[in-house]
Amino acid sequence: MNWQALRHNPSLLIGLVATLAFALLGVVSIWWTPYPIEQVAIAQRFQGPSPAHWLGTDHLGRDMLSLIMSGTLTSFVVAALGVLIGVAVGVPMGLAAGAWGGAVEWLVLRISDLTFAFPAVIVAILITALAGPGETNAIIAIGVFNVPVFARVARGGALAVATQDYVAAARLAGHGNVSIAWRHLLPNIMSLLIVQGTIQLSLGILAEAGLSYIGLGTQPPATSLGLMLRDAQSLFLIHPWLSVVPGLTIVFIVIALNLAGDGLRDAMDPRLRHQGLAHGAG
Amino acid sequence: MGVPCPMTLYLLRRFAGFVVTMFVAALVIFFLLDLLPGDPARFILGINATPEAVAALRAQMGLDAPVHQRFIQWVLDMVRGDFGLSHTQGLPVAQLIAERMAVTLPLSIFAMIVSVAVGLPVGILAAMRRGKATDTALMILVQIGVAIPNFWFGMLLTLLFSVTLHWLPTGGFVPWHEDPVAALRSLILPGLALALPQASILARVMRTALVDVTEQDFIRTARAKGLTKAEAVWRHGVRNAMLPILTILGLQFAYLIAGTIIVENVFYLPGLGRLIFTAISERDLVLVGGATIVLVLATTVTMLIVDLCYALVDPRLRGRGA
Repeated sequence: MNWQALRHNPSLLIGLVATLAFALLGVVSIWWTPYPIEQVAIAQRFQGPSPAHWLGTDHLGRDMLSLIMSGTLTSFVVAALGVLIGVAVGVPMGLAAGAWGGAVEWLVLRISDLTFAFPAVIVAILITALAGPGETNAIIAIGVFNVPVFARVARGGALAVATQDYVAAARLAGHGNVSIAWRHLLPNIMSLLIVQGTIQLSLGILAEAGLSYIGLGTQPPATSLGLMLRDAQSLFLIHPWLSVVPGLTIVFIVIALNLAGDGLRDAMDPRLRHQGLAHGAG
Repeated sequence: MGVPCPMTLYLLRRFAGFVVTMFVAALVIFFLLDLLPGDPARFILGINATPEAVAALRAQMGLDAPVHQRFIQWVLDMVRGDFGLSHTQGLPVAQLIAERMAVTLPLSIFAMIVSVAVGLPVGILAAMRRGKATDTALMILVQIGVAIPNFWFGMLLTLLFSVTLHWLPTGGFVPWHEDPVAALRSLILPGLALALPQASILARVMRTALVDVTEQDFIRTARAKGLTKAEAVWRHGVRNAMLPILTILGLQFAYLIAGTIIVENVFYLPGLGRLIFTAISERDLVLVGGATIVLVLATTVTMLIVDLCYALVDPRLRGRGA
């Protein structure tokens, strides 16, 4: 991929820029938000957008823009850590399946079948029953959901690469499976993994929102986009604005990530152009 | 001949896979819940109970048996349909789950029907108008549909159809036996909310599959035979595109059942989700275990059914000598 590709692919450009903009908005919230997010000012609650509060205030009089910034950070971090778990566990599984084949492959496929049988909500429920609610639950639940996805993508990619001559040459040169997986298979499936990672990140943002919304994810005083929707739940018939703002933010972030993912796929490997988004969020 | 046909082998292998998955899933759930601190017997009897009473109840509940024995007993009981007794509600877990399934299952099925009825035609239309304005417009809608959290869409639907237009209830559920029409009406908005992202994904997969298929030789042959483009796509393309669609449908339905847990919160529906949350907060582990295993079972059975449908749809898997 190069800058040329970026120019010829406007949706990739839009997707990447928008994703980075949202990520930046979140990162900035670590040091600065227009108002402190804990600042409760009941007298100023339920305000509409104004020069003082660009996105209005919530039911506690907190500045919505500040909450959105901080919530975006949480949503990104939770989703990203979930994806990271999926990559860290799933990719070695997939590579092992591709490099060894046989019983290893069978085992990897059975393990991914098993994890597929546990939708993220169920994992989150089990962990909540075990350890109480919290961000960590959402991260683990999203991670478990991602493991089989990355295992399958890595295996599929590895199988395609493993038939290449240079892999046979490496084998003849005396390289073992580990060395082949690390030196030849992994670098060659990197673009696949980046594309899938982007798409899984968008699904992770949606999953975080859902889990926090039902109270299994992020807990106050921290905030996330899903938690903002939970807070708005009892009020949204009277004050729809409170749920419109975080909801739209989620929609924009997910669209940005999906555009970036699709664009990256086109730019990195034209052969994959027609593969659609194939995984529904649990 | 003594060699079983490939179809039988395939079915046997898939069924064995199903049994193994369910067994390991049960193992995971059982040991996760077994790790929990706290003694159910003490929980039921309260803090003032005598140690003798607690010990007696533990023995009665079978809690003093070794862990592997309890696991085997639990699985055997479930295979017979006995999911144990919920100590907070004093009712069999199977009965509680069945009651809630009367909301969750029709909701999932309704959402599935809507998403197929909307998603597939949209995908077919987009594929046939590939590269034209209709295609672009539909794919933009799909891109948005995939990005909208279903529960948030549910909130917006309530705002429009319940609060503004007063067409449908904002939430709650009237049991089927009291008023079936009212029950159905209370499932419409949650069903639509669940269907939106599913329909979008289906449309996208359908379009992709059809575009791929229409580039194949047999479509060109069909055109050469004198079929119009629409006829060729309809008779040969759609049928071939059904394989990827089937996979997605299976995955979607499996996750739909879990997805209802989130959406039922928006509409205050007494589904499986509410049951589980109450069970967690009241530390009713027998109920939590039973409900999660039912959800996992639903996912796994759906996957199994998809694979069986594969065998029916894809002639390559069918035995030749049958």
